Amino acid sequence: MATTATPASGVRNGAGPEWGGFEENIQGGGSAVIDMENMDDTSGSSFEDMGELHQRLREEEVDADAAAAEEEDGEFLGMKGFKGQLSRQVADQMWQAGKRQASRAFSLYANIDILRPYFDVEPAQVRSRLLESMIPIKMVSFPQKVAGELYGPLMLVFTLVAILLHGMKTSDTIIREGTLMGTAIGTCFGYWLGVSSFIYFLAYLCNAQITMLQMLALLGYGLFGHCIVLFITYNIHLHSLFYLFWLLVGGLSTLRMVAVLVSRTVGPTQRLLLCGTLAALHMLFLLYLHFAYHKVVEGILDTLEGPNIPPMQRVPRDIPAVLPAVRLPVTVVNATAKAIAVALQSH
Amino acid sequence: MAEAEESPGEHETATPRPLFAGLSDISISQDIPVEGEITIPMKARARELDNSTLNESVRHTIMRDLKAVGKKFMHVLYPRKSNALLRDWDLWGPLILCVTLALMLQKGSVDGEKDGGPQFAEVFVVVWFGAVTITLNSKLLGGNISFFQSLCVLGYCVLPLTVAMLICRLVLLAGQGPINFMIRLFVVVVMFAWSVIASTAFLADSQPPNRKALAVYPVFLFYFVISWMILTFTP
Repeated sequence: MATTATPASGVRNGAGPEWGGFEENIQGGGSAVIDMENMDDTSGSSFEDMGELHQRLREEEVDADAAAAEEEDGEFLGMKGFKGQLSRQVADQMWQAGKRQASRAFSLYANIDILRPYFDVEPAQVRSRLLESMIPIKMVSFPQKVAGELYGPLMLVFTLVAILLHGMKTSDTIIREGTLMGTAIGTCFGYWLGVSSFIYFLAYLCNAQITMLQMLALLGYGLFGHCIVLFITYNIHLHSLFYLFWLLVGGLSTLRMVAVLVSRTVGPTQRLLLCGTLAALHMLFLLYLHFAYHKVVEGILDTLEGPNIPPMQRVPRDIPAVLPAVRLPVTVVNATAKAIAVALQSH
Repeated sequence: MAEAEESPGEHETATPRPLFAGLSDISISQDIPVEGEITIPMKARARELDNSTLNESVRHTIMRDLKAVGKKFMHVLYPRKSNALLRDWDLWGPLILCVTLALMLQKGSVDGEKDGGPQFAEVFVVVWFGAVTITLNSKLLGGNISFFQSLCVLGYCVLPLTVAMLICRLVLLAGQGPINFMIRLFVVVVMFAWSVIASTAFLADSQPPNRKALAVYPVFLFYFVISWMILTFTP
């Protein structure tokens, strides 16, 4: 019994400060189950503790078996039953521990409460911020205030996705190797997240005082102008109207963002770099969104090559001199033009 | 732990072999007496479930679920301010509706190329991820609705749009044309408004009163995208 006694007492005495609760519970008497509740309080990540505990349980079970094997007079079935009981008990404990681990990990990582403060807005605030995103403020000596919220930008990105889908459908865009929905979502979210990160990186290089959240919010609200322009021009297909809106509305929202960044950056070179990049990307994105999903493709081909080539060419014709010019619109516009150009080239 | 205290008694009466009675006298390791809270909760609960639903016939089970789904469909079609959808939520209805809608919106790929029409997976993903996004948004805005309740409501409120899809397919059988398009546009717009009103009737109560508009707008966008997919469908 000496051999079995020492590990057992080892279990009791080896319970150092981290197993304090364990110890108390044993001496409390009524519990056969090793209470794991206290373990949670004292150790952070319990993976190592679990391994240790499992090891100790196994040791105990070995002790239990060893001790039970010694009591061989008469209660044969009793011993077997006891071993079954202990293994069931151990299995149950392991399951409980695993469940507790999983629920703790889940509540740690799937905790959306981290994002909760960024959605704490009132409708009136959202409305006023939408309107302010079109009004540049000329105050560059003092950092301008940027609201750090994510509800408005997120809703604007989704609205842009919806408007883009509408535009793609009315222009009969054909997307090979993809879907309309996927393209729209990828374009809008990619722009919002990608350009925000890029400008934030440049801001870090240029020592500008702006956080990632503020950049996301700023660019998100800047998409309001894009939404307006695209909503109007996808329904009224006039090039001159589009250029007017592009300059006016797109220009206003770009100026607003540029003013905010200038007020938060020191030094002319840095200001130029940061604001130039943002202005270029923002305006070019609007241009891209309009022309990539626009159905007046024939008009572009005509203006570039002259009126001697009809857009839909079905009759085989020897047109080698025109091929270089045909390649130019292919790089400018979308798959519809590609299809036409391919048709032209194949003849 | 009340359960724990009761169950040892239960456990020992369930296996009334006299050989185990002397167990508590055996002290294997002197510190841990082998009596007390040996809880096997699964077994007890399984015995209860055995009596209630596992013994009934398959037809009975299916009919019960279908009746529940049908009752909720009625609640959606005639939206009153009730919390029947919220109280016993289930996801069977949304699944049936989503699968039906996705199957009907699928284009038979005649040319063998993807021509941009919504495929089954696209519709499925749009519906479920859109619903998840709206749910997260309404939770972040401070709503006190649970995740699955919100999914349930949004899924069930796709019913009017599914009906619109059926009508559009029937109308398209008569050939395409501007009048055809006008009819389809009218039907889809009416059903879209019905969906939005139905889901607002259920969801609006869970939001703080001054933020209802913020929670309703993404629902509006979500049903708008689904309506767009239905309206622009050409077989």
